[in-house]
Amino acid sequence: MNNQDQALIFEISTPGRIGYSLPEIEIEEIALTELLPDDYIREEAAELPEVSELDIMRHYTALSKRNHGVDSGFYPLGSCTMKYNPKINENVARINGFAHIHPYQDENTVQGALGLMYDLQEHLIEITGMDQVTLQPAAGAHGEWTGLMMIRAYHESNGDMQRTKVIVPDSAHGTNPASATVAGFETVTVKSNEHGLVDIDDLKRVVGDDTAALMLTNPNTLGLFEENILEMAEVIHQAGGKLYYDGANLNAVLSKARPGDMGFDVVHLNLHKTFTGPHGGGGPGSGPVGVKNELIRFLPKPIVSEKEGRYFLDYDRPESIGRVKPYYGNFGINVRAYTYIRSMGPDGLKAVTENAVINANYMMRRLSAYYDLPYDRHCKHEFVLSGRRQKKLGVRTLDIAKRLLDFGYHPPTIYFPLNVEEAMMIEPTETESKETLDAFIDAMIQIAKETEDNPEIVQEAPHTTVIKRLDETLAARKPVLRFQKQ
Amino acid sequence: MTMTNLTWRNPNNLLCSNKKWRSTHIDYNMIWFNILLHMKHRYLPMTEQDKTEMLAAIGVTTVDELFSDIPEKVRFKGEYKIKPAKSESALLKELSTLAAKNADLIQYTSFLGAGVYDHYAPIIVDHVISRSEFYTAYTPYQPEISQGELQAIFEFQSMICELTGMDVANSSMYDGGTALAEAAMLSVGHTRRQKLLVSTTVHPESREVIAAYALGRNVEVVEIPHTNGTTDLDELKNLMSEDVAGVIVQYPNFFGRIELLKEIEQVVHEQKAMMIVSSNPLALGVLTPPGKLGADIVAGDAQPFGIATAFGGPHCGYFAVTNKLLRKVPGRLVGQTVDENGKRGFVLTLQAREQHIRRDKATSNICSNQALNALAASVAMTALGKNGVKEMAMQNIQKAHYAKKALQKKGIDIVFDGASFNEFVIKLPVPFKQCNDALFEKGMIGGLDLGRFYPELTDHMLVAVTELRTKEEIDTFAAEVGEM
Repeated sequence: MNNQDQALIFEISTPGRIGYSLPEIEIEEIALTELLPDDYIREEAAELPEVSELDIMRHYTALSKRNHGVDSGFYPLGSCTMKYNPKINENVARINGFAHIHPYQDENTVQGALGLMYDLQEHLIEITGMDQVTLQPAAGAHGEWTGLMMIRAYHESNGDMQRTKVIVPDSAHGTNPASATVAGFETVTVKSNEHGLVDIDDLKRVVGDDTAALMLTNPNTLGLFEENILEMAEVIHQAGGKLYYDGANLNAVLSKARPGDMGFDVVHLNLHKTFTGPHGGGGPGSGPVGVKNELIRFLPKPIVSEKEGRYFLDYDRPESIGRVKPYYGNFGINVRAYTYIRSMGPDGLKAVTENAVINANYMMRRLSAYYDLPYDRHCKHEFVLSGRRQKKLGVRTLDIAKRLLDFGYHPPTIYFPLNVEEAMMIEPTETESKETLDAFIDAMIQIAKETEDNPEIVQEAPHTTVIKRLDETLAARKPVLRFQKQ
Repeated sequence: MTMTNLTWRNPNNLLCSNKKWRSTHIDYNMIWFNILLHMKHRYLPMTEQDKTEMLAAIGVTTVDELFSDIPEKVRFKGEYKIKPAKSESALLKELSTLAAKNADLIQYTSFLGAGVYDHYAPIIVDHVISRSEFYTAYTPYQPEISQGELQAIFEFQSMICELTGMDVANSSMYDGGTALAEAAMLSVGHTRRQKLLVSTTVHPESREVIAAYALGRNVEVVEIPHTNGTTDLDELKNLMSEDVAGVIVQYPNFFGRIELLKEIEQVVHEQKAMMIVSSNPLALGVLTPPGKLGADIVAGDAQPFGIATAFGGPHCGYFAVTNKLLRKVPGRLVGQTVDENGKRGFVLTLQAREQHIRRDKATSNICSNQALNALAASVAMTALGKNGVKEMAMQNIQKAHYAKKALQKKGIDIVFDGASFNEFVIKLPVPFKQCNDALFEKGMIGGLDLGRFYPELTDHMLVAVTELRTKEEIDTFAAEVGEM
């Protein structure tokens, strides 16, 4: 540590200070040696910090000031739907009756919680156009794996043991092929065509009687709607495969097109994206999965059911793929998502998508004079620009991203999707005002001009952050992953 | 949109309901119509003026044109049949009323644990995680503006290493159950063996999750029976073979007992399998850390550190390994490095393991983790600190021991008696439901009905006694159960 560094909590620790207030012990204590075998009594205390309560608050306040969230400023990180996180959600999730209940309480004592889960299931069924929903998966990737395990169980129940392949577009999120592997499938990649959409001919080439499923986001990661979706569904279904919908981009189609109506058999949602989770610095999320009728019997158990006004956890599901998570999912996140849906209502959700799509198209059109637009058509909730014009001038997309930090913005997702050179994936969301978009556009235009006139200022960015570009090679070559007392 | 808008939707409520008036004042009606079309909502800043300007800049005249690529056949028409929007105050009232239908652990005295515990959560935890610079951020992909999150996670990793006695910890997993399943899969991948042994004293729901993950990878799972509430060592020896990838035990185990990791370690490593230990990290305040007892992977849930029970989630899985498994770890790792000026900073590192780089060859499919809850656990571990973690763990052991004695005095049998942490098993004098209902009448939430997971333990209760239980509460509980 040099004196400019932000101290670690361990570095401000002073023996003898405490930051806690435990209850009184009240009872006569018995020597530990009488309660535990000698070999199992800890000899050296864990080296945790010794600090006062104010030390803790100052430390984390200092850290928070070194962190950019949606509440700090614009965060157009494509594919992540960094929309405003409503404050009522936080209040509701902290009500004692939701925050402080135990998963193994008698069902009669948690009817409010089960009722909320049931109603959320019902709302998600309507929103997705599916027939049943499980709230158990903890996040999007977890939902993908859950969905694929159900598809696997479905094929196996038909004796279709040879269906070992999952088709994934080259523009897909990395979790898609990774989840396929964890579910025991082999991944086959299908190419995109010159319009940025799945190449139907290539799809027909790779599909076969070994196809278990096609995983798709719609709109895709370029922000483009797969307009041949019905034909694709037919190709897959005729081959006996199932269609999987990655709900990461659902913000683009609320009230406009439902996965269930597009022919999808399984869908996962990212409640921390579309339904204002929040993201929490990387989690927790929630990844409910919806299915069509013929897959309901394979859903993880339990699911929440209702009978004569009473809610209960239904474990009687003999063909279930089992349990994908202890207890019933990330309930606290589901409470937030439910609160959001109830705050918006049907017309609110429709406006969400319309405004998100207007915002994205507006930015795309205004920026297309300054950056290459690989696919010139209406986008949905996000769009992808290419920095190849700037690259020729020696400025990489990474530099542009770092330069945006100087303007107080979180940069777009960069170098993804993989099928666009020097990609910048921009998702403004519906909660940003035109003024915010205009200011960001102005910054992007300025950077494009700097790239021509004064590329060093971009190449050497950021200039205003608490820290300059970090040596990532050093971090990987000589990993230091924890503090250790010298 | 506001509540007022909703009333407008009902034609009877239209101010201009006079037919004749309406038909002669079409322009005025159009204004109403436009207001109806243009939803006002506190989360949606786009005004009608903005929309007009933006559509013009895009080069379209209506919003619908932007959706013209959605084939007519799949286009959703109309509105979702879901509940209408509610105003902030009305919704808060409705959901507060709904929450009040649940019996919460603030009002009731709980003896329920089984993996989820009612513990002292320093109040400062909620103040820190309520700072929206943390909770409204995403994964720290841009380190220059994410140093706060990165450093907090680096500190989390350090604290987990300290408690578990391991070399490396990741930035968090979904929960204890999936962390354990990922540990199991790591052992399968690392040893290239296709069989797992799991003790029946591991949390039953974690075992179910392991089974689901194992099915995905075509891995065989064999359960090791227990004797008197701890893993049967002879059975372990019998089941052990050179095709076993990993042996999974819990410490303290599901019944609260302290597994003899030293003995287990010898059996496991003799066959070059991996020892995977699921630990309540609070217990490690007083127990010898699994890392000191030869564990290859330690995984579990940090919920006891400042994380609300929240009906079972979100909690916070943790994952710790020895140095040699560093590059096999699932999920994100934060590493220390320097910037161009030599200043210390933190970055996500060793990302070549992860799904966004390696896709189908990644060590796991995990992307989102439990970052905010890892922050909560860090704050709680910091507040408790070196002394507090030990003292709190000690209080759990002492109070649980006191409860055992109090129950025994009332004639209740302690089943599987022996060294334990904050949980133990009792045999109930009456059917479980009768006991639990009676306790509830007295303002108490009884322990877990073990019969639901272990049929041979019908009418047995797993009782948890944390530091929050007072002497009076324990005495009352013992008296009530004893008098049934």
